[in-house]
Amino acid sequence: MKPNVRAPSWLAQRSAIWGRIGDSLLTWRRGRLSREDALKALDAYRSLAPDVASARKALPGNPITVALETLYASVHAIVNRGPRHTGASLIHLYAVEIPATVQELKPFIVGVWLLFALSTAAGWWLVHTWPSLVDLVASPDMIQHVQRGELWTDGILNVTPSSLLSVRIFTNNIVVTVFACVAGVFYGLGTFYVIANNGLMLGGVFAFTHNYGLDGDLLKFIFAHGTVELSMICLGGAAGIALGESLIRPKLASRRDSLQQCTTKIARLFAALIPLLVVCGLIEGFVSPDPTIGWPLRLIIGLANLALMLTVLSGRFFRSDAAV
Amino acid sequence: MNTEALIVTTPTGVDVELAIAGPGSRAYAFIIDWHIRFLIAITWFAAAAYLLTRNPQFAKNSPATAGLLTGLPAAAIYFLYHPLLETIMRGRTPGKRMAGVRIVNRQGGTPSVLAVLIRNAFRLLDCLPVLYAVGLATTIFSAQRTRFGDLAAGTLLVHDGDTEAKALTQLGSLALNPALDAGTVAVGNDLLLRWKELQPQTRRRLAHDLLSRIAAAVGSAPAPPGEDALDDRLLQQRLQQALSGRSR
Repeated sequence: MKPNVRAPSWLAQRSAIWGRIGDSLLTWRRGRLSREDALKALDAYRSLAPDVASARKALPGNPITVALETLYASVHAIVNRGPRHTGASLIHLYAVEIPATVQELKPFIVGVWLLFALSTAAGWWLVHTWPSLVDLVASPDMIQHVQRGELWTDGILNVTPSSLLSVRIFTNNIVVTVFACVAGVFYGLGTFYVIANNGLMLGGVFAFTHNYGLDGDLLKFIFAHGTVELSMICLGGAAGIALGESLIRPKLASRRDSLQQCTTKIARLFAALIPLLVVCGLIEGFVSPDPTIGWPLRLIIGLANLALMLTVLSGRFFRSDAAV
Repeated sequence: MNTEALIVTTPTGVDVELAIAGPGSRAYAFIIDWHIRFLIAITWFAAAAYLLTRNPQFAKNSPATAGLLTGLPAAAIYFLYHPLLETIMRGRTPGKRMAGVRIVNRQGGTPSVLAVLIRNAFRLLDCLPVLYAVGLATTIFSAQRTRFGDLAAGTLLVHDGDTEAKALTQLGSLALNPALDAGTVAVGNDLLLRWKELQPQTRRRLAHDLLSRIAAAVGSAPAPPGEDALDDRLLQQRLQQALSGRSR
């Protein structure tokens, strides 16, 4: 069809149909499509395609063509809409997909733990050898507390209630873990920096408290929540290194596609990481700063938390014959 | 790679073309959204704080609950605004709607919940060091105007054609005269759509030309000289009638 060629019935006939499709679109967008609506959408999609092609040829750049293209794109989005997630897919996520991703990331998890351990040792050695370096890893307030012979966490419950403390802690931990992961987009270097920095800080603070005989108290404070919390940060770091790897050695034709595929895979991990970090935050807010809780109970809570983490990440917590 | 549009090959053989939004539309949408979420969050915070000052006993007896009631929902509104609304509104937020943009996946469809969450998680990186500098720089310099979040989630921000949909709505309302050719109808529809945007002299001249063309096409008598005296509203009505083939 050429512009200005007499086409008496086309626009007149089709415009009414487009109007009806436009009206239906509002219903189709709202929620789940019934079988009837899905078939109607498919029919509309097929009937719009030749109209769009004709309009592009006959009326290029005209608002009618633009509107028709928009309508076509909207119906395309409806027709290609992904399936809704159900309870079964959620169980599949925890029982199968997350454990599979953890298995796949195993070499990176070992590598990141090693980096964390080495940087912790380096931090310990540095501050133990040159105590003035503690300024780099601890705030002036923390330093003053330790110099007075007490941990900065002593009496913290007198200042902040446990519930508020928990919320603040798990929010911060989630941000750190997500950041450790997304920073991997800089070819893994960002993650390397985050993990090494956390290790240096932990080692440095332990060395500093050791110099004042408070390292035992610090270990007592962090044991119940720290084992899982640090594991989660390292797992986030392993995911970040995987992101970097997907850019350095892409498995697909382009780095963009490789990054996207890897991100989609590792993002599922956070469905396990975030709830576990919330549990750690609750322990850190309610158990760790409480001076009335002794070592035995802290040991039990810490080991139970570790067992919970391993059960969740291995998928055993959710696995059933149906899920597998 | 096309830097101006996302072109999706479809099974029908007719490609879907979506115009990619630039950093300007993106920033405009973000600023509107930021103001909305900030205002809602601060309103909650202020209202909760006011109610607590009216019940000092409660605040004194349960400081933790009071703190959680004040701060937690406000923080949740601020931080979950984008992921929640982008999921519920299928790639849109109020700000994006006002800016005429929406998020799509690389197949031109609505992004999945996972893609929306990934896109938002990468805000941690895109907002560095201040004022979304990393995100803004990547949208300016990347081929398809994407920030890190879009790259990782496989999404794009495209222009949303809701405003252009008015053209079809109006076309449907005209009950078109089947004797007219497509070009004349398209021009007439466009003129009516942009009626208020055009200068009065220009739109009157265009309307007269088009009315003469329609009269010639349908074989009716040309407009009488008195038509020049018609006011704007009547001329607009006359054009609508001529396009729809209704008698005066």
